[in-house]
Amino acid sequence: MKMTKIIATVAACAFGAAASAQDGNTLFVEGEKMVTETAAPDHVEGLRTIYSGWRFRTPETQALQMDDFENPAMIFVDQALDLFNTVDGSEGRSCASCHESVEDFAGLTATMPKVIDGKLTTMEDLLNGHRAKAMGAEPWKWSGPEMQSMIALIGLQSRGMPMNVAIDGDAAPFYEQGKEMYYTRYGQLEMSCANCHEDNYGNMIRADHLSQGQINGFPTYRLKQAKLISRHNRFRGCIRDTRAETFAEGSDEFRALELYVASRSNGLSVETPAVRQ
Amino acid sequence: MKQTLAILAATSLFATAAFAEGIAPGDVEFVDGAVETSLSGVPGNPEKGAELMNKGAGNCIACHSVEALAHLPFHGEVGPPLDGAGERWSEAELRGIVANAKIMFPDSMMPSFYKTTGFIRVGDGYTGKAAAAGEVAPLLSAQDVEDVVSFLVTLKYD
Ligand code: HEC
Ligand code: HEC
Repeated sequence: MKMTKIIATVAACAFGAAASAQDGNTLFVEGEKMVTETAAPDHVEGLRTIYSGWRFRTPETQALQMDDFENPAMIFVDQALDLFNTVDGSEGRSCASCHESVEDFAGLTATMPKVIDGKLTTMEDLLNGHRAKAMGAEPWKWSGPEMQSMIALIGLQSRGMPMNVAIDGDAAPFYEQGKEMYYTRYGQLEMSCANCHEDNYGNMIRADHLSQGQINGFPTYRLKQAKLISRHNRFRGCIRDTRAETFAEGSDEFRALELYVASRSNGLSVETPAVRQ
Repeated sequence: MKQTLAILAATSLFATAAFAEGIAPGDVEFVDGAVETSLSGVPGNPEKGAELMNKGAGNCIACHSVEALAHLPFHGEVGPPLDGAGERWSEAELRGIVANAKIMFPDSMMPSFYKTTGFIRVGDGYTGKAAAAGEVAPLLSAQDVEDVVSFLVTLKYD
């Protein structure tokens, strides 16, 4: 039943996107082919195939992600490039003082989050860590525009590379914690991530077309809010919508959930920065 | 004769109490997932029930489609279409499903609308903050459940 739905969606999209000479099945960004569908990694027991969130969006929203001139997130990426070269903090340094080019970060986003010196580290942690230690600069707010713009710029350097987040070794306990959260039915509505994104992807819930809740396109530009949305902000919203006490952005719980959810995207292309309605 | 009177008196007393307070969420008796007794003691109003299908904490059409409410936009696909529900299920079964669907359908994704305990990290509505200590109010009141059930009973195939 799920498969029929997706095929129906794809058929509908193919029709709608005909004008842009692309079907709703295949995503080329700036001429580069993205993997939006592939076999689920072995550790994801509840899914046989994983799909990028791009596959569940309307043809209009899909089109915005195919061309960097149309993609509204690119304004923030440009601002981040300026920030990359801007001196900040007591040490009189910019990112560029230590990192010759932002292109040096190619591949990094595909492996994040990861355990570094025993600590589960997200991209936000890396950036604020460097700001504190190397620059003597104030931390950026987790979901603030500077932080998420810089994460989008760094993510863009990995666009098209397969997500490849480690779940073994040091990462194993965090993986288990995140997995447990993914299947916990939170709040007065008693719903887990899996209820919506594993059992019901492809189905409509009210006006929303449920995707698999993959995070290979984050931070995403959300047209409704006209800004970049962080991974933890999205998690917070989804848990709040179950009438639950949610977790804080930057909490250890959300770090663990991020590792687990990112690992469910292993094999999909990094699409940062993706566009959502 | 005396005994009968006594029983009658007791019964009507009980009925009055039930009328005033209804059956509390923790006291609802399920038999095979169904609930025989009205939760409020007051007959449901199907028009109010139809409204609850679309709004507030009911919002049933977020997950279910209903032909009779086709004038409203955005019916969901998570649960089965409710057309004909009044033929498939008895009133008692429908009351049980709305009050706590997880008894009729174990592990169902459908929320339990007349339940106040046993939640994980229950919030204060949709604020994302913790609920104040103590019990939360059920998603639907006893009378809301009766109203919704009285609407569902009208859903027949024609
Ligand atoms: C009540 C249903 C529901 C639950 C429960 C839920 N979500 Fe979502 N989620 C949605 C909806 C609706 C959207 C927007 C449409 C979409 O992308 O699926 C969404 C979107 C997302 C997205 C963005 C996907 C994209 O491609 O832009 C992520 C990531 C996500 N959810 C993760 C989670 C996680 C993790 C949990 C559990 C902590 C969770 N969700 C629980 C309904 C839910
Ligand atoms: C989040 C999703 C969701 C919401 C909200 C929801 N339901 Fe359901 N409902 C389901 C699912 C899923 C089933 C199928 C039972 C199962 O889980 O196997 C179901 C089953 C039912 C059934 C039995 C289906 C049949 O055979 O006709 C009825 C009746 C019903 N729901 C009524 C309601 C009413 C009334 C409301 C609102 C007060 C409501 N539901 C809200 C998900 C939902």
